[in-house]
Amino acid sequence: MSEPALNEPALNEPTLNGPLPPTPGQTVGPFFGYALPYARGNELVEPGTPGAVRLHGTVRDGAGNPVPDALIEIWQADAAGDVVGRSGSILRDGTFTGWGRAETDREGGYWFRTVAPGSTEPGRARFFAVTVFARGLQDRLFTRAYLPDDPGSLGTDPLLTSLGAERRATLVTAREPDGSLRFDIRLQSDSKGEETVFLTYDRSTQPTRSTQPTRPARSARPGRDGAGA
Amino acid sequence: MDAAPDLAAESQAQLSAEIEAGHRAYEEGLEQGLPEELGPRRDWPPYRSSLLRHPTKDLHHADPETIELFAPVFGERDVGALEADLTVQPGGEPIGERLVVRGRVVDGEGRPVRRQLVEVWQANAAGRYLHKRDQHPAPVDPHFTGVGRMLTDDDGWYQLRTIKPGPYPWKNHFNAWRPAHIHFSLFGREITQRIVTQMYFPGDPLFALDPIYQSIQDARARDRLVATYDHDLSEHEWATGYRWDIVLTGAHRTWTEPEDGDE
Ligand SMILES: [Fe+2]
Repeated sequence: MSEPALNEPALNEPTLNGPLPPTPGQTVGPFFGYALPYARGNELVEPGTPGAVRLHGTVRDGAGNPVPDALIEIWQADAAGDVVGRSGSILRDGTFTGWGRAETDREGGYWFRTVAPGSTEPGRARFFAVTVFARGLQDRLFTRAYLPDDPGSLGTDPLLTSLGAERRATLVTAREPDGSLRFDIRLQSDSKGEETVFLTYDRSTQPTRSTQPTRPARSARPGRDGAGA
Repeated sequence: MDAAPDLAAESQAQLSAEIEAGHRAYEEGLEQGLPEELGPRRDWPPYRSSLLRHPTKDLHHADPETIELFAPVFGERDVGALEADLTVQPGGEPIGERLVVRGRVVDGEGRPVRRQLVEVWQANAAGRYLHKRDQHPAPVDPHFTGVGRMLTDDDGWYQLRTIKPGPYPWKNHFNAWRPAHIHFSLFGREITQRIVTQMYFPGDPLFALDPIYQSIQDARARDRLVATYDHDLSEHEWATGYRWDIVLTGAHRTWTEPEDGDE
């Protein structure tokens, strides 16, 4: 592999699948369960944290059967809408990192204890970025789990408004009577339900985005451990 | 567990014919101007477990939002220094061919992915995982868990020490064997770069027979999962060395290095 230049210039144009072809993905297989999950990986906040919410759901296949060997990861802003740049997701010492990992149980169920993400920009719809892995799934799938609570921002969200009602509904969490958020994932459509909308961020088939995202808040600078120090 | 019992009687010859037919169709498509495929197919019937677990609709294009343009941060407090050495186990050493595996994690522009988490897991030298659902009647090695973690360094390098995993049987079809591999889980600087994959060893005779490896239609793309033997990484009277670099998908974010002297 060619060595990158020592002085890396800032990119003027965003790219995907740039000059170097990417390493292909492969299935997580059947035996990740003793390797990837770790203690309290699914607990982004401690019990009793103000604003704590349970995000949960069931992963199903194209026959409607639960998928007991899937791995779900979430990545989110904090309650104020800041992207957190803090380490500690594995240590779980009480630092909110915005990232969590859960394996599904025998009934295909998963859950996280977290807080609802805030809007990263004023008026933007709020969502958890979700990544799905499973035995039988050759490459990870990306999706979003939107909060159901602000119809105004959901109604102007670029992704949601690009989808028909039935497809769009697969991306919006349901507020359960106990206050929890339910997000079921269907890997494949079946007679009982619509397949979850899965995402590609690849630009190759789409016009490029005309505006750059705003920088995250200063406190949320990503980077090395202890960013901002 | 990996296939219904009625599928378990299918022969390797039958599977191999399906794989070859799929690859032939891909080659013909290339000649007709269809794009090169860089990744595996999710809809790939020879991998029987994928039949009900692949989406049937095209992935929907999304412009990444702010949260998707960043990735979780991991630090020294998350990952112990010894976790990169799978040969250090309480009570004794694992049986097997000692290896050093080293490589660089870079993005599509060749820029190093610094101080980011790499996770690995693998079977022992006999092809057995330390997983309660692994039914392969090969010996468990009491001195090998096969699980490791590390952070890349400032230039994107990772390095692990382990033993060579054995091939193992699975239930996709009759007499199905996976080529020896190490599972890798990687993060980039944007969550859109997240990837889980498998590293293979050069010249494995099982490559042609394996529906998972062969789910990548393009021969050059498949080669990207195969490590190379690197004599410079081998250690005198201790271990042989393999080099395997990982290229994540390119970046969306206009990237100026935030770490150095930026604040
Ligand atoms: Fe494996």
